[in-house]
Amino acid sequence: MRNPTLHELQHPGTSDDAHAHHHPFLQHHFEDLGQQHEASTLGMWFFVAQEILFFGGIFMAYSVYRHMYPEAWSAGAHHQNWKIGLFNTIVLIGSSLTMALAVWGAQGAKRKLTTVMLVLTLLLGMTFVGVKGFEYREHIHEGLFPGSHFTYVDHAHPELTRGVELFMVFYFTMTGLHALHMIIGAGLLIWFIKRAWRGDFGPEYYSPVEIMGLYWHFVDIVWIFLFPLLYLIH
Amino acid sequence: MAHAPDHADHVGHSPAHHQAPLGMYFAVFFALMGGTILTVIASHVNLGHWNTPVALAIAIIKATLVILWFMHVIHSPRMTWVIVISSFLWLGVLFVLMFSDYLTRIWNIY
Repeated sequence: MRNPTLHELQHPGTSDDAHAHHHPFLQHHFEDLGQQHEASTLGMWFFVAQEILFFGGIFMAYSVYRHMYPEAWSAGAHHQNWKIGLFNTIVLIGSSLTMALAVWGAQGAKRKLTTVMLVLTLLLGMTFVGVKGFEYREHIHEGLFPGSHFTYVDHAHPELTRGVELFMVFYFTMTGLHALHMIIGAGLLIWFIKRAWRGDFGPEYYSPVEIMGLYWHFVDIVWIFLFPLLYLIH
Repeated sequence: MAHAPDHADHVGHSPAHHQAPLGMYFAVFFALMGGTILTVIASHVNLGHWNTPVALAIAIIKATLVILWFMHVIHSPRMTWVIVISSFLWLGVLFVLMFSDYLTRIWNIY
């Protein structure tokens, strides 16, 4: 014998009917889909808030060391190809647009549009990660990977060499954590593409797509700051 | 989709209360693209100490556009606003307290 739900307590005698007409994705501890949507969106925002502080701590450390070694930061940024960075920025903003359009499609019961937009988001995201991997290969080839593989020497200013290595520590940490978020997001997108195609989402129930969007847009925002801070220092 | 008149602080309605117009998403997208181009152009102009503040200002505007429109905070309940604003408030505390230390260490050699 299970305990009555809040709905049953507030609407006695409706138990069987209410269950018969429940939306298949309405959890029993929620009154209705509206309440469920608000709760899950709010929960995701709590997660994004801790992500802001997680990345914030790294941005903080970046700022302190950049303040200590401004010339080394400038020299390190000159090893970044800003044209590739710009390309990736455009790709990522494009993926945020397609992600937003996927949510829009789900809200409007456009199953095919939602699926196509999620596929495009995945493809753009993978393009970004692929280009990032190409950049990493170039850096490693130049001996710019920090640690025992760091063979790069700044011939014009040898005293900056260690500072450039520190810059590259931040470069790989920040872009690496960002790329990890992209890869996790891509994995989630594959699952969401399957669900969208199956027809799980619609005007009554689009919360998962909305929440996926919150995650994806957050990762986009991190890059909006990383691009000028890592590529565009002169 | 019908345009529901109210969107804030509703409990007990279907979530399908607000579907933003499609044009908004493209407007935000082009604004973000414009901001990106502007960031690149600004970085190639020597503004002295102002290069980084300008780049950060553009990034903050871009992030605000994403948060308000792509992440739908503009049409979200007040409780969501509280979480969003407080997270940036804590970020501000982190930066202010940390810099009040590091920027005032005049005895440090670096």
